[in-house]
Amino acid sequence: MYQWDFSILWSYRWLFWNGLLVTLGFTVAIVVLGLIVGLAAGLLRLARFAPIRWVAQAYVEVFRCTPILVQLVWFYYALPILAGIEMTATTAAVLALSLYGGAFYAEIVRGGIASIEAGQSEAALALGMTPGQAMRRIVLPQALKRMVPPLMNQSIIQLKNTSLVSVLAVPDLLYQGQAAAHDSYRPLEIYTLVAVLYFAVLFPLTLLVGRLERRLARAD
Amino acid sequence: MSTAPMIEVSALKKVFGDHTVLRSVDLKVAPGEVVALIGPSGSGKSTLLRCLNLLVVPDGGAVRVGGRSFRFGASASLPGAGELAKFRAATGMVFQQFNLFPHMSALANVMEGPVTVRRMARAQAETLARSLLAKVGLADKAEQYPSRLSGGQKQRVAIARALAMEPAVMLFDEATSALDPELVGEVLGVMQSLAAEGMTMVIVTHEIAFARDVADRVVFLRDGVIHEDGPARQVIDAPREEATRAFLSHFHRQRES
Repeated sequence: MYQWDFSILWSYRWLFWNGLLVTLGFTVAIVVLGLIVGLAAGLLRLARFAPIRWVAQAYVEVFRCTPILVQLVWFYYALPILAGIEMTATTAAVLALSLYGGAFYAEIVRGGIASIEAGQSEAALALGMTPGQAMRRIVLPQALKRMVPPLMNQSIIQLKNTSLVSVLAVPDLLYQGQAAAHDSYRPLEIYTLVAVLYFAVLFPLTLLVGRLERRLARAD
Repeated sequence: MSTAPMIEVSALKKVFGDHTVLRSVDLKVAPGEVVALIGPSGSGKSTLLRCLNLLVVPDGGAVRVGGRSFRFGASASLPGAGELAKFRAATGMVFQQFNLFPHMSALANVMEGPVTVRRMARAQAETLARSLLAKVGLADKAEQYPSRLSGGQKQRVAIARALAMEPAVMLFDEATSALDPELVGEVLGVMQSLAAEGMTMVIVTHEIAFARDVADRVVFLRDGVIHEDGPARQVIDAPREEATRAFLSHFHRQRES
């Protein structure tokens, strides 16, 4: 019978704390960058000029249809050689995760905009707005409201995806956990704590999304 | 008529896929004139109306409203987004489904055109919007969101929103078709008072009695062709064309039953 001993965790508290900060920092960075990329790609997928739509769609499909773990490894090992540039593990990880998230955000953005009735932009155009004004003033504000819950869900998945950066030796929560496990020979306690920490961050966020979804449903 | 027409459409053609919706339509509307477009569904009357503010871009012919005109067809280049926007700013349109902006109050809906398109100062736009809401009888609903308004109130806000651009022409696309019968009157009332003020109006409608009483002219469309165009009472009460008679007989039967 295995003897659980959680008391050893205390001596690694700063390791976990630093790992957690790296994980949260990564999440903020890839969510912000991913949203920028995703909004741009989502809008481009609705462009009037067909080749622009194709480029945006190609981007989305490439990143949706390859595993994120493969992308991380490829960005760190293959891209620097291909492009003849040097890249730290952190840069490669931020790049891969942002572009991966951006592909999913782009589909949410495109779907959100497409869900707004054609009559809304017709009414805006009939007032004399340019297509850009109609998008900014009329369509996007309504679409964004519908996009918020799926965007937040995708961001929660992104937080979980950051655990994959540990394969590139980026010192996130999981990587620090692995270090502590090797050091203490107590992997069961360590990985239990790692799981609990991820849960402690993510569970309140999912509750928040659920509340937001219900509030938006009532407002409609 | 001695003055130049406010709206002039010539040889207008529109094709959707392999279906010709409008075949060489000519139409002139004088300043201050009220023209009702009637006809069976699929006759092209809504498409014709939407060609007047280029929400539908014609495949051939010419459209002029006020001082701006565009030619369409193989040889003509399509107008740019900015040109189209300027053209549309001079025409107001009211839609069957209202199309109010649901994320804005009634007041903000009416202010949107002046602020965004005409770059009017907010205070001035608000004064204008409040006076227009009062004009359509909704001064007390300014702060309400569209979801809290009845269909008739929504449509009156939509009329105020279109008027806020101070357009030369108002286009009504089956403005009362989506309303409960008891709410039709309040919208027709607003349209009637606009007509009385001398607004140039083109109205696509199924309200034959309204067309007869308020319009100066009635134009009957079927299969993308104008079959009859004449003084409202003459076209409704004594149509010259067999096609018009056949169409109107449905309404007369309704009225008798």
